[in-house]
Amino acid sequence: MSLFDPFSPTTRLRCACGAHSSQAEHDAQPLSALEQGVQAGSFDAMNRRALESAVMRAVFPDDAERRRFIRAVGQRTAQAAVASIVPFGALEAMAQDRKGSLEKTDLKIGFVPITCASPLIMADPLGFYKKQGLNVTMMKTAGWALVRDKVMNREYDASHMLAPMPLAISMGAGSAAMPINVATIQNVNGQAIVLANKHKANRDPKNWKGFKFAIPFDYSIHNLLLRYYLAEHGLNPDTDVQLRVTAPPEMVANLRAGNIDGFLGPDPVNQRAVYDEVGFIHVLSREIWDGHPCCSFGVPAQFVKENPNTFAALYRAILTAAAMARDPKNRPMMAEVLAPANYLNQPKAVIEQVLTGKFADGLGNVRTVPERVDYDPYPWYSMAVWILTQLKRWGYLKGDVRYKDIAEQVYLLTDARKHMAEVGMAAPKETYRKFKVMGKEFDYAKPDEYVNSFAIRKA
Amino acid sequence: MRSAATTQRLRASLLSLAILCAVLALWHVLTIKPEQALPPGMTAEYAAMMGKGAEKTDGLPSPAQVGRAFITHLSDPFYDRGPNDKGIGIQLAYSLVRVALGFGLAVLVALPLGFAIGMSPLLSQALGPFIQVLKPVSPLAWMPLALYTIKDSSISGIFVIFICSIWPMLINTAHGVASVRREWLNVARTLEVGPWRKAVEVILPAAAPTILTGMRISMGIAWLVIVAAEMLVGGTGIGYFVWNEWNNLALPNVIFAIAVIGVVGMALDWLFGRLQLMATYRE
Repeated sequence: MSLFDPFSPTTRLRCACGAHSSQAEHDAQPLSALEQGVQAGSFDAMNRRALESAVMRAVFPDDAERRRFIRAVGQRTAQAAVASIVPFGALEAMAQDRKGSLEKTDLKIGFVPITCASPLIMADPLGFYKKQGLNVTMMKTAGWALVRDKVMNREYDASHMLAPMPLAISMGAGSAAMPINVATIQNVNGQAIVLANKHKANRDPKNWKGFKFAIPFDYSIHNLLLRYYLAEHGLNPDTDVQLRVTAPPEMVANLRAGNIDGFLGPDPVNQRAVYDEVGFIHVLSREIWDGHPCCSFGVPAQFVKENPNTFAALYRAILTAAAMARDPKNRPMMAEVLAPANYLNQPKAVIEQVLTGKFADGLGNVRTVPERVDYDPYPWYSMAVWILTQLKRWGYLKGDVRYKDIAEQVYLLTDARKHMAEVGMAAPKETYRKFKVMGKEFDYAKPDEYVNSFAIRKA
Repeated sequence: MRSAATTQRLRASLLSLAILCAVLALWHVLTIKPEQALPPGMTAEYAAMMGKGAEKTDGLPSPAQVGRAFITHLSDPFYDRGPNDKGIGIQLAYSLVRVALGFGLAVLVALPLGFAIGMSPLLSQALGPFIQVLKPVSPLAWMPLALYTIKDSSISGIFVIFICSIWPMLINTAHGVASVRREWLNVARTLEVGPWRKAVEVILPAAAPTILTGMRISMGIAWLVIVAAEMLVGGTGIGYFVWNEWNNLALPNVIFAIAVIGVVGMALDWLFGRLQLMATYRE
C-alpha cells in the first residue's frame, strides 16, 4: 500500500506511488507485481487514490501550493471542494467499465487451509474480488473428498483443488463424471517429503521397504510425486510401502504417534512437522520436479458457460492475486494475513518460513530456497499430460487415454493467457513444453511411450 | 434422615472437588517443562525458526495454557471474523439449531411410528429386522451417502442426526406402548372409549416415562453425532471449531471445546431428566 494521500498537507505529491521524486522517475522504474496489479485495476482504494492524485496534480501543478491550499482550508474541505467539480465516482466507474454485467455476484469458493491456496485467499482481504464487483465467501473445507462433493453438488461455485482432481473428476475417475475446468494453476512447488525424526540416519529410499507414508488424496500430485520418487529408487509403491490417505493435520499427529514413517504433504504441514519437532524435511518437491503444479483453481464447466462475465471477473481477481503472491516482497505480509483462524490457522513463524523459503529443515540447518513455493498461474497443457500419464501408470485410468484432448479440454490455457494480458502479466507463447522429472525427460508428444518406459508400474 | 442425605451430598461434592484438584495438580506436574537451554551448536536463528521460546504445544498442554484458552474464548464468545472464524457462542448456536432440527424431525417420525409398532404386533415383527440393522450404524458411515445423494451438506448434517437419533425413541415408544397394562386397556374398552381418546388419554400418559427415556437417549446420541458430522462437513458449529483448532494442533482450544461439548451435553440431559421426572407416575 504505497500510495500517498493527496489530500494530506504533509505528503509530497511526487509521483503516483509517492516513492519517487517525480512522475518521470516513477515511470522509468520497472513496476512491481503489486503495482502492476494496481494499474490493471485491482486495489479499490489505491485506484481511487491514484485517480485523486492525478486530479490534484492537474489542479495544482506546484506541489507546495497544493499543500498550502490544503493546510489553509483543511483536508475534508479540500476533498469536498475538489470532489464537487471532479466526478471521482464517475471517473472510477469509467476506469473499471470494461466488463459486461455480472451474471452472478455472490460466490462461494472452497479452499483447504494450506499455503497452496494463498492467492485465492489473499484476493479476499486485499479486496481483489470486490474490485471486480464480486462478493466472494471463502469456505474453509475439511478435506479433498468434501471439496469434490461440494463442487459436484454446486454448493461451491468454484474451488481450490489438487491439480489432478479436475482431470479425474472430468473423466469420472474416483467419482461420477462432471466436466471441471482449470482456470489457473494455483501454485508450483511448495510440497516436501517429511520423515519422522527417528529416520534421520536413514535417508536412502532403498532402505524404505515397509514404510508407511501419508498422502492427502489419491488424486493428488503428492501421491503421484511420491510414487514416482519411490519407483525411481526401485521401490514399488503398491507393494513395497503403504500409502495412506490422511488429512493434513492428522499427518503431523500420526507422525508424532509413530503411525507413519513420513509423508509427502502440503505446506505448511511439512514445516509444521519441523516446528513441532516430530520430523525433518527430507527433500522439497521441487527437487523431484522443479516447477510441478500442485493445486489448481477448478471451476465447473457449466458455471463457465452460464456465467461468462462473472467467470472473467473472477479470473482477473485470481490472476491479480497470483501476480501479487509471486513477488517475494509480499511474502512476509502474506504470512501475516494468512495466519489467523479465519484462513490457515497456523503459527505465523511456520507460514513465513514456507513463503519466504528461508527455513529450518529439522536437521539443524537453515536453508534458503526462495523457489520453495511459487504462484505461477499458467496452466501448461504439458502439466496435464504428465499427470494423466502418471494416473495411467498407477492404474487410476484404464484403457486408452486421449491425453492431449483431455488436457486441452480441461485446462483453459487460452483464457488464462488472455486474462493474464489484461492484468499485465507476461504469459508464455507456447502451450506445451518439455521438462525433467528427477533428471528423466518428459516428452509430451509421446505420452504412451513415456508410460511404458517405466519398469515399475501397475500391470 | 434428611440431614443424613444432605451430609452425604456435601461429602460427595467435597470429594468431587478434591478429585478435580488432584487431577489438575497431577496434570500440572506432568506437563511442567524444564527451561530449555539451546542445544549446543544451534544458532539463534535456527532456534527461532523452530519456535524455541515461543508459546507452542508440545504434547499435552499444561492446565495454565488450557485455562488461558478458556478465558480467551469465554471472554468474547460472540465475535465474528469472517465465515471461518466465529466465537464459541455462535458455533454452539449453529450446533444446537442443527440438533434441534434433526432431533425434532426424528420425534415427528418416531412417535407416530412407534405408536403404530407398539399397537400392532404384526408391524412390530415386520419392521423389527430393519430397525435392528439400521440402529447400530455410525453417523460417519451415513455421511458420505447423505452428501452424495442429498447434495447439500447442511441438510446432510441434519439428516445424519435424524437417522441416528430416531432409533432409541422408536424402540422405546414401541416398547412403552406395547407394555401398557392390560387392565387399563380393558377398562378403556369397557367404557367404550374411542381409539383416538384411548391413545391420547390412556396409552400416551402410561407410556410417557418410557418414551421420554428414549428421547433422553436419543438427545444424547444427537449431541454425539453433531460433533462428528460437523467435523466432516465443516463450515460452522462446535464440531467445525474442534476441527479448525486441530488443524492448527492447538490442543488447549481442543480441550476447551471438549469441556464445552460436555457441559452442553450435560445440560441437555438434565433438561430431559426433568421432563422425565414430570412424566413419571406412581402406580
